[in-house]
Amino acid sequence: MRIVETMQKADWPAIISRVVGVAVLVAGVLLAAGLCTAAPQDNSVPSIFDSHSTPADSIRHLSHFVLGITGLIFLVVFSLLSYVVVKFRRRVADAEREPAQVYGSTQIELAWTIIPILIVVVLFLATARVIHAIQDAPRPAEAVEVTAIGHQFWWEFRYPKLGIVTANELHVPVSDAAYPTPTFLKLLSADTDHSFWVPQLAGKTDLIPNHPNGTWIDPHETGLFLGQCAQYCGTQHAKMLLRVYVDTPEDFNAWVRGQQEPAKRDEKEAAGRHVFETTACLNCHAITGTNGTGRFGPDLTHLMSRRTIASGAAENSAQNLRLWIQNPDSIKPGSLMPAMKLSDADLDALVRYLETLQ
Amino acid sequence: MSSDAIAIQTAEAAGRPWVETLHEWVTTVDHKRLGILYILYALVFLIIGGIEATIIRIQLMRPHNDFVSPQVFNRMFTMHGTTMIFFVAMPILFGFANYLVPLMIGARDMAFPRLNAFGFWLTALGGFLLYFSFVGGSGLYGAGSAPDVGWFAYAPLTSRAFSVGHSADYWTIALLVSGFGSISTAINIIATILCMRCPGMKLSRMPLLAWLNLVMAGMVILAVSPLTAAQIMLSIDRYLGGHFFDTQAGGSATLWMHFFWIFGHPEVYVLIIPAFAFASEIIPVFSRKPIFGYPVMVAATICIGFIGLSVWAHHMFTIGMNSYANSFFVFTTMAIAVPTGIKIFNWLGTMWGGKIQFKTPMIFCIGFLLQFLIAGLTGVMMSVAPFDWQLGNSYFVVAHFHYVIVGGILFCLFGAFYYWFPKITGRLLNETLGKLHFWLFAIGFHLTFDSMHIPGLLGMPRRIYTYEPGRGWEIWNLIETIGVFVQGIATLIFVANLVLSYFNGPKAGNDPWDAWTLEWSVSSPPPVYNFASIPTVASRRPLWDLKHPEDPDSHYE
Repeated sequence: MRIVETMQKADWPAIISRVVGVAVLVAGVLLAAGLCTAAPQDNSVPSIFDSHSTPADSIRHLSHFVLGITGLIFLVVFSLLSYVVVKFRRRVADAEREPAQVYGSTQIELAWTIIPILIVVVLFLATARVIHAIQDAPRPAEAVEVTAIGHQFWWEFRYPKLGIVTANELHVPVSDAAYPTPTFLKLLSADTDHSFWVPQLAGKTDLIPNHPNGTWIDPHETGLFLGQCAQYCGTQHAKMLLRVYVDTPEDFNAWVRGQQEPAKRDEKEAAGRHVFETTACLNCHAITGTNGTGRFGPDLTHLMSRRTIASGAAENSAQNLRLWIQNPDSIKPGSLMPAMKLSDADLDALVRYLETLQ
Repeated sequence: MSSDAIAIQTAEAAGRPWVETLHEWVTTVDHKRLGILYILYALVFLIIGGIEATIIRIQLMRPHNDFVSPQVFNRMFTMHGTTMIFFVAMPILFGFANYLVPLMIGARDMAFPRLNAFGFWLTALGGFLLYFSFVGGSGLYGAGSAPDVGWFAYAPLTSRAFSVGHSADYWTIALLVSGFGSISTAINIIATILCMRCPGMKLSRMPLLAWLNLVMAGMVILAVSPLTAAQIMLSIDRYLGGHFFDTQAGGSATLWMHFFWIFGHPEVYVLIIPAFAFASEIIPVFSRKPIFGYPVMVAATICIGFIGLSVWAHHMFTIGMNSYANSFFVFTTMAIAVPTGIKIFNWLGTMWGGKIQFKTPMIFCIGFLLQFLIAGLTGVMMSVAPFDWQLGNSYFVVAHFHYVIVGGILFCLFGAFYYWFPKITGRLLNETLGKLHFWLFAIGFHLTFDSMHIPGLLGMPRRIYTYEPGRGWEIWNLIETIGVFVQGIATLIFVANLVLSYFNGPKAGNDPWDAWTLEWSVSSPPPVYNFASIPTVASRRPLWDLKHPEDPDSHYE
């Protein structure tokens, strides 16, 4: 019943190119891994391997252990696969007879079941330890407390004990190992699901409406750390960016004092303030000292203390502010800020007023 | 005798009006024709889903690109995921199961032929409904069109407050309808396997493909039911004043997540287990040895079926479950890696000591072995919950599951096509085109999905229509997009091979691969009644016993 086939020689080109291809692949992976860990000094690349805070550090150490084990498993199995594919290929001379028909081997199968079970036990214990260390970490009295509220498509940050309300750019003090001052965040949502992810500082935790969550960071270095929303929340999920400024204690205290002050009242820009107070702006935005108490959009009291607007989508410049108010869709199409349809004169006055809100 | 039947069929077919042929196909209850319908349906949606993926990748090729608007992009990733899972992977695997299971167990058809047709047409309707949303989804304020809530449609994004119009409803109802189709097919597979095996075919003598489809069918029933319930609850929320998932009225967003992932995780085993089935039939034949450790392969699959129902919240490690709950799901997820991993060893054990023929079905399965190994290991990485707090919802996850679905399932599917196309059509697919298809596709696959792990490690979340420059993500996104085009060309070569070989391929005969299961004992294509007389079997490889009467399997097992 056997069909006579044209005899095939061992498919050498296929075998060799396959092995070479995979060797290139492995080399490439190692190169990439090296590139990942060698991130530039300025934190512009938010690599999970460039950790600067205790939770992110714990995760990184655990990941080295896990990558070691999985890397070893890969090498062993890949070597077996390569060996089998080369050694047991059908040779022309020997093609007529079938090989020995082996149905199984209890000892071998037992061995390759027990060893993976042992690996699983070890991995599980290592993992459970880190889960507990991060999730059940005690909160020291000196911790900074922040309530983060996710909105479509911006971040509200409140410091309840300090009386501060700000948006999108989080300031925290650097935490010294000898005298830790971590920041504990309570995570809430005003609408859909969001997720707070600053890879260099901690793993991500979701902000789910009607389901308060918490997370903590204790950064060891000052600097700016980048992140963004990591749970699809609607049209502009992609531009719900995060900027975490880790300040020295002095800088942090100065920032806090600045934020605690009421809005600057510059009488030269009363016309612009009048525009704010008599149009729909104040339905969504709050500025202390004005009629504006809206909470749908970011608090603008200290707008100019932030480097970006629209949750990181644009630099905070007069030109961008003007464009954002006039036509938000040009910066962030689908954001919930409506085009305000102000006259040029009103718009200019308003922008000049906003620029005084240090 | 069976060739006479074909000759008669062909002669008749030559003179018949096309409406009669069409009518026959539309009203068929023959498992073979329904299998082919499922497969063709899925192939059409594979092309459509692939176009959606290409649009996504072109948009992400460079930062701040404006190839499509954010609204269109969000519809693209939603439709790509929903299409590929529900209207490509599931139908194509049901199609192969439908075609092969009765033939491999010596039956003349499935247990419930009309239920079979019902299941197919329900699935077809579901796909049509989902795509009708592009045209008909305009709802309130003209907002609508295709759903844009992601394939897992998290609440409360799907509530009326945040999903205006009817696009979310098209998602819900299309999947609800096709879910009933899936359950129908699952019931049919179970009844067929349990009740219609030929004499002598005890469960322990059944081909592994039948066993694995049995476990898959059980999982479909257990998994699709919670999804159906959740979709009904969502519709009640949206239209009948319910608040199951409406957080503004005290409902629970995490409740949706639990319901969805109790479906979603077993669903991925529903997809991979039939792929394992293909590998378990192809690898032995082209290594010229029986599968190594048949009883353990069966036991491991049943274990996967059970444990797979207990791991779902590893998709929810970031939602704020306490440390004990997280640890539980870490443990169950790591546990399931054991039966899954040892299958790889069994396949290697099958090849060990064999005489491997590198025909196209086999090289696709070898690609599957390498890629499934890598995919499984990245899965183990993500089972480590703290590591998942970084990797979850990033492009690392996207890379992982495409590695499983494309690198694992699709490669096995391609192997299955090259292996069983001769049985289904009577003609062999072209080997040269097959090897070209494999190599091009493998290169494109690795370009795209190897690279994709890296932006995840560098902080790139998923489901974003654009990204900021200067984060180290640009080069990898560009390489991924190039890989997509290479895979596209390879797929076109495959489709060309299918079409050309159907008309011009060399005749296959009954048994072109010198295989051992019952489908190779009948003509290619099989007669409509499958077997002239129902066979009696004495071992797991009845054709081996016939070809080697001096050394039959029945002496050993």
